[in-house]
Amino acid sequence: MKKLVQWIDQRTGVAGLLHEVLFERIPGGARWRYVWGSTLSFCFFVQILTGVVLWMAYSPSANSAWESVYYIQHEMTGGWFLRGLHHYVAQAMHVLLVLHLLQVIIDGAYKAPREVNYWFGVVLLLLTLGLGLTGYLLPWDQKGFGATKVATSLVGIVPIIGPPLQKLVVGGSDYGHHTLTRFFALHAGVLPGLMIASIAAHVALFRKHGITAKQPYRKPEANFWPDQVLMDGVACLAVLASVVYLTVRHHGAELHAPADPTLPFNAARPEWYFLFLFEFLKLDFLTQWFGHQGELVGAIIIPGIIMGILAGMPFIGGWRLGHRFNLGFLGAVLVGALLLTVKSMRSDANNPGFQAALAQAQVDADRMVSLIKTAGGIPREGAVSLLKQDPATVGPRLFAQHCASCHRYGGHDGLGLVSAESPSAPDLRGFGSSSWLRGLLTADQVTNLSYYGGTKFRTGKMVRYVQEKLPARMAKNPGALDDLIEAVVAEADLPANRASAGARLQRVEAGRTHVATTFGCTDCHAFRKADEDATAPTLTGWGSRAWMVRLISDPTHADFYGSRNDRMPSYLKDGRLTEREIGLIVDWIREDTAPATWLKPVATSR
Amino acid sequence: MDSTPDSGAQPRRRFLTEAAAGAVGACCAAVPLASGLVAWLDPLSRNSGAGDWIQVGGLSSVPDDGTPVRVAVISGRSDAWTRDNAVPVGVVYLRRTAPSQVVALHSVCPHAGCFIDYQTDRKAFFCPCHDSTFAVDGSINDPRSPSPRSMDTLAVEVRGESVWLRFQNFRSGIPAKVALT
Repeated sequence: MKKLVQWIDQRTGVAGLLHEVLFERIPGGARWRYVWGSTLSFCFFVQILTGVVLWMAYSPSANSAWESVYYIQHEMTGGWFLRGLHHYVAQAMHVLLVLHLLQVIIDGAYKAPREVNYWFGVVLLLLTLGLGLTGYLLPWDQKGFGATKVATSLVGIVPIIGPPLQKLVVGGSDYGHHTLTRFFALHAGVLPGLMIASIAAHVALFRKHGITAKQPYRKPEANFWPDQVLMDGVACLAVLASVVYLTVRHHGAELHAPADPTLPFNAARPEWYFLFLFEFLKLDFLTQWFGHQGELVGAIIIPGIIMGILAGMPFIGGWRLGHRFNLGFLGAVLVGALLLTVKSMRSDANNPGFQAALAQAQVDADRMVSLIKTAGGIPREGAVSLLKQDPATVGPRLFAQHCASCHRYGGHDGLGLVSAESPSAPDLRGFGSSSWLRGLLTADQVTNLSYYGGTKFRTGKMVRYVQEKLPARMAKNPGALDDLIEAVVAEADLPANRASAGARLQRVEAGRTHVATTFGCTDCHAFRKADEDATAPTLTGWGSRAWMVRLISDPTHADFYGSRNDRMPSYLKDGRLTEREIGLIVDWIREDTAPATWLKPVATSR
Repeated sequence: MDSTPDSGAQPRRRFLTEAAAGAVGACCAAVPLASGLVAWLDPLSRNSGAGDWIQVGGLSSVPDDGTPVRVAVISGRSDAWTRDNAVPVGVVYLRRTAPSQVVALHSVCPHAGCFIDYQTDRKAFFCPCHDSTFAVDGSINDPRSPSPRSMDTLAVEVRGESVWLRFQNFRSGIPAKVALT
């Protein structure tokens, strides 16, 4: 054994190298404050390891990036854990970088002759930020896409070189395949390559100049091995434990629904370590002081000056009081960044629009997964194609855009946003159900804003009927109203009622006769047969898919409101919506959204 | 350094050798570097091809009370190797200003490129990223709004019953409205 070691050493000099690594002298002995560099090296090592394995499963193109990350996250054995580690170690690196920088500045380890070494550190800081920025896009989900659009737009505002540079970064005039291939090449090739070279130079220069020991020495001079190595190891273990904790707690990194550039995404935010910069661009003084140049100043010039001062610290530190200036400056920047981050998080927490968008993003992400599971996989056209056919995803968005200026859905706009304005048309949540109809037929509810309160029908025949005639007719025949409701609701044939339809049949039959006789609905409404004298919307098929699609397509049709229509547009006739889109809204309102009803599951060969 | 026999004795020859070594080295580096650089610069030689007239819907689909309606612009698009004949290339807000006059506002914020949302209850446009706000006609309605310019308008033509526009994207973050090519 000893011979073998000797043989290798004579040919490689490895023993001397090992000796040099382990027996670095540390004046004043091992200390906890020296661990940050080692924890960062450890993190980088983990990123290379996890990154290469993620690489083996990742496919950078606009119609396969999200899909391959979905596969890693939800299908691959241990994929979520691997991706979670990579995600949270990246976050840890940003925290550790700040701690390392603080220790270097406080201990004066940046001054001559260590300037060049310090600059490599600054370069490593920038490379790490660059890796975070490029990595955020790769899943091609809503938030990564939104954040990248902002980041690349900021590139474009740099004078002269900005526009062509933006085009080179994006890989064209628009976002697409080449945005991903370019970001991925940066993230997995260029930046890690530069990082390895910079770390090598950083560590080599560190060895050349030795450690900047903190005075006064507490203990006698010692070797790197074993005391400092143990401390470094414990620190790395603590980092790893925190990261594993976060990974397990959040079941890996978040994956939003795939990017869809045609939809607004109101929860677009950068990763938390860029939030301070994001919030900085919102500050009033930028527009007040610099007018139209505010963004250039806020996004490029001020961060550039801060980085310039950071890089110039070795020179500033040589002046009288220079070291104190450096300490004060770094402290002010960090406190400022912290305050901005807190401000950003607090304003988002108090912003109902942001919270609704965030909740919707979660709903979309979960929905996407269940659609893929039902379909048995992702069609070749990509995951977005599934979402585009999904009433539960598209329905509420179309409702919010086209219907919610008058109607509500459970009090909100379909996407959870509650308007300050009062509605001018009925609340459509539960339309077609017995509870909805019962509310309409209740004297003190029919003029609520959830029913006819905001419409011209507030003073119309139906309201007068419900308030004046209906109570007397109900008193004459108790229980008839329940049967009537069963009969009309049976027309709607809501999916939620289908299972119990057989059991209700008898009451439905009874109710059908009450419609004409006991309650006289057919005086105005048509019901289950043609009625040319009808003046109110037909009850034949009331609340059914076909009935609702027809009503929305053209409420001025004689079968519905005719010339008495109150402000409701004819969506299909006017070309505001296609029949398919109207169908998606209707299916969503009728809660007819089970994927199995509209998705064709992939046929299995067995 | 004087261990080589010809050095000093023939400084001229030595210089030529050094120059030749430098030139050979530079050639060896230049060809792969240049081949990479040229391919990397490829996007600069391509234009978006935007600016064709595209039909975006019927005139009747735009409310006559001046409320903006969000419309996806559907057109052919090439994304590197993928060709789509009808995909959304962008989103605009259409707004009627006279019985047969329509204005198109780009949905991309001129500040930092986020998606501008129209808020029905405020009757105003709002960018959820850095809180830029715009009036219903797309103009900046608050001096604190960080956007350097009003929402970008697009050329619109009403041809009979249908609305056509020339779709383009614009650079963000600058006061001037400059089309991205």
